[in-house]
Order: sequence, then C-alpha cells, then structure tokens
Amino acid sequence: MKTKPFRPDVDAPEYKGAYAPYDIIKEGTIAIVVVGLLVVLLATLFGSPDERAITIKAWSNADPIDFATTALGELNGTTITAQYGAPYNTAAPGQNLGPLRLAQFAGVTIPVNTVRDFVINPLSSLPYDRSLSAALTAWKGASASQQGTWVSNYTKGATKMTWSNGIISDPASNTGPVPTMINKLTAMARSGALDQALVTGNGFYTTNYTKPLLFVADGTYLANLAQKQHLLGSQWGMMNETGSYPGQAWLWLYTFWYQVSPFSSSSNADLQVSAVMGLLSLLLLLLPFIPGLRSIPRKLKVYRLIWREYYNG
Amino acid sequence: MSTAEIEKQWTTRLRKRAHGHLPPEKLLPDTQPAYVSSWIYVFGVTTIAALVMVILSGIILALRGPQWWHSSSVGHFVNSTHLWSVEIFFFAMIVHLWGKFFMAAWRGGRSLTWVTGVVTFLTSVGTAFTGYVSQTNFDSQWISTQAKDGINATGVGSIFNVLNLGQMLMWHIVLLPLAAVILTAVHVLLVRVKGVVPPFEETNGASK
Repeated sequence: MKTKPFRPDVDAPEYKGAYAPYDIIKEGTIAIVVVGLLVVLLATLFGSPDERAITIKAWSNADPIDFATTALGELNGTTITAQYGAPYNTAAPGQNLGPLRLAQFAGVTIPVNTVRDFVINPLSSLPYDRSLSAALTAWKGASASQQGTWVSNYTKGATKMTWSNGIISDPASNTGPVPTMINKLTAMARSGALDQALVTGNGFYTTNYTKPLLFVADGTYLANLAQKQHLLGSQWGMMNETGSYPGQAWLWLYTFWYQVSPFSSSSNADLQVSAVMGLLSLLLLLLPFIPGLRSIPRKLKVYRLIWREYYNG
Repeated sequence: MSTAEIEKQWTTRLRKRAHGHLPPEKLLPDTQPAYVSSWIYVFGVTTIAALVMVILSGIILALRGPQWWHSSSVGHFVNSTHLWSVEIFFFAMIVHLWGKFFMAAWRGGRSLTWVTGVVTFLTSVGTAFTGYVSQTNFDSQWISTQAKDGINATGVGSIFNVLNLGQMLMWHIVLLPLAAVILTAVHVLLVRVKGVVPPFEETNGASK
C-alpha cells in the first residue's frame, strides 16, 4: 500500500520523546488565582471609565442653537438620519460594493421618519398650547410643497439664528408655522420632555433607544464631546474609550483601514472595510487549508524560539 | 434486553465513542510531552482563567441590573474588574493565537482546533462589542452611533440594531457568552483529544 508523502505544514511528526509530570488541575487553579489577583489589582489602581450619557435636555441647554439647527434639519430632511437610507428609510441607496447594495437589499426594517418621529409626534404629545396647536394644524393642513417652502425659507436664515431669552430667532420671512414648531421643540427638549417622548413612543416599557440616539448623533454636540475624548474615527476612535483606558485595542486593524487610502476618502468605506476584515478573518480561519500561507510559520522559524530546549537537545 | 440491544443504544454508543476519543487519562493528563516547556503555553490557560473572571464579574453585575454600577461604588469596582478581566482575556488570547500560529498548531489533524480557536476569538470580539454598547453611558452612546454605520452597510443592521439597548444587552449577557463558553469548551476538548502539537522535525537545521 502506497503511503502518503509527509507534508510538514499539514502533518505532525510522531513524538517518541520523554514526558514530564503535568498537573492540569493545579495549573488551572494557579492561573485563576493569579489572574484574579491581577484583575483586582488593576481594578483598584485604574478603575473604569464612566462618563455620564448625555441627554437631549443637556444638549439643548448647553447649545440651543445646535439643537434647533438639528431639529430644523430633521424637518427639512438634511440630517444624517433623514438622508440615511436602509434600515431607517429609503432616502438613499446606501453604500455599495460594486453591484452589491447589501443594506438596500436588507430593506427598511427600523423605519424612522425624522419629520414625524423627531418633530411632529413629540410636539403633538405636549399639553394643549394655543400657538403650538395652531402651528401643527397649519403644518398638517399644508401641502408638501407649502411645507417645503416654509422650511426652505427658514433654513435660509438659519445661519443667522440667535438664542435670547429662551427664544430661537430666525430673520427669514414666509416661514409659516416653522418658527413656532422649532421654538416649542427646543423648549420641550430643554425641559427634558423630548428625551421621554422619543423613548416612550412605543409604550410604557422600552429598552430601545434608537430614535433618541439617532437624533443626538445628528447634532454636532455629541461629536464635539467625542473629539475631546479622542473618539472620532480619524482619531482611531473605534478602538478607544473615554479617558486613558485601553479600550477595544483588538479592533486596531479594523480601525487602521479607516485611516488609509482609499478607505479614508471613500463614501463606501464602511462596507469596504467590513469586506476587507471579513476576508482577512476568513483567511485566518482557513489558514490550515491554504497552501503557501500555512507554510509561513515553518519558514519564519520563530518556532525555534518556542521549542529552543527541544532543539538544543 | 439482550447485550446486543444494549450495545445498539444511542447512550451506549455515545459513551463508548466519547471514552474512545477522550479516556480519563487524556481528559485529565498527569504527564505531557517534554517539549511543552515554553512560556507561550501559559497564555492558553491564562485566557481561560480570564474568561472565568469575566463571567464571574459579569454574573455579579447581572445580579443588580445594567445600571447599578453607575450609582454604587461597589458596582463600579465590579465593573472595573469586568473591564480588566476582558482586557487580560484579549491580551492572553491574542498572544496565544500568535503562539499557535508560529507553531503551526493545526498540524497533525488539529485544524478543527485552530478553527474553533479563531471562531472563539471572533465571537469574543462580538461579545466585547455588545458590552461596550450596553454600558448605558457616554461611551455606549458614541460607540453605538458610530458602529451602526459599519453594521448597517453590510445589511446586518436590519436585524442587529446596535442602538437597541435591550437587544444588545441580551446578546451580550446571554447569546454571545453562551457561544463563547461552548466554543471554548469544544476547543479545550479538542486540545485534549489531539494533544499539543509536536515541534517541526528538522534535518541539519532545516525543517522537514
């Protein structure tokens, strides 16, 4: 019978050498005790970060203009969320990898309409207020074209928007109910009521913060705070966390791709980087079966360091 | 019932098969090949020890709920032990992975051991990520709102919503840890079944 040739990167030689005593239970126990002590030591010395979550109330009080500008963006469909595409809406086709548009293919499964969900519904949940009621009635009764004209006019004056005595002022004219809606939403946000309105839309109990998180992320307040904490994508933020902590250092390669061309300037970077990391993960997984790649360890000879006692005789 | 019938039982066959592949002296060995004498071997058991600490600290956090650690100094300390257990876990696991790469530890019918190790690593990355977005603090706000773009772009975001705290917490404390622990157990059993990979055979200094 013909025997198969020995393949050094696939087959292992039969070991016929000496054996040494090995107490696996003792080893495991010592490891748990040592690691446990090290964990307690590190936790005692360094603790862990816990920056409080920001609220829409805190945001709108700290920077009412940014909040009002973002709310206007939600109304005229210019925020990140409003223009996102799947899984939130159909405003954009989403990222593509050649002909593949995976997000679009998966469809809108978490519907978010920024006008309805971030502005109209929260305002409609407020106690009766004559000017607000009139504004909402005017808005709901207007054609889409009329709504667009009002919002467009208000947006033209948004760069000169001011905040004084609890009022957002915009010099633009022919803006219909928009100034009232923006002011009432800003007041609602500053009171903390908008935080609640966005999470209780589906009932009393909730564990889903999709809407308030999307709204907050549409403004610049969160990003400015993140920048101070070196958390932006351009600051390798994906692997960082607040303070001087190691964060998710194991994501360094994932983060790395975002820093280099062509990914750093690509509008499809998220999908491209995911594809690259998916491919690299697959290569790592299937390494034992890939000729050439599986020979690298034998050729590098780092194993001689590991087994130096064995090779030294 | 005849002996032949007993021999055909699923239970009997499973027991015999398990015993054949993993007799007690292989499952709990008292000797090992003399070549297993490098510091690199420490990182496998260190990874498991860190996993034990991750689970223990996670269980304590689970006892009092996801927001306890924000308002309690004891809770914050337990959270700190959870964090540092995770950091040690990943450090040890990555060194272990590199060590096994340099040894080409898949040789001699050990490819499934390698595969389960890599899948455990990837599962652990997912477990840690869902933990980061479940912290209910600024970090979780920022990380989730940034990470959503990468996940949404692949289409996975349609069913895996990183902005949904309840969903992420369930994945973090139930589904992914369960997968990680099962995978780790399978990985360790495979190591015990196949043993530690022997060194490359060399002739005149060249590996064969």
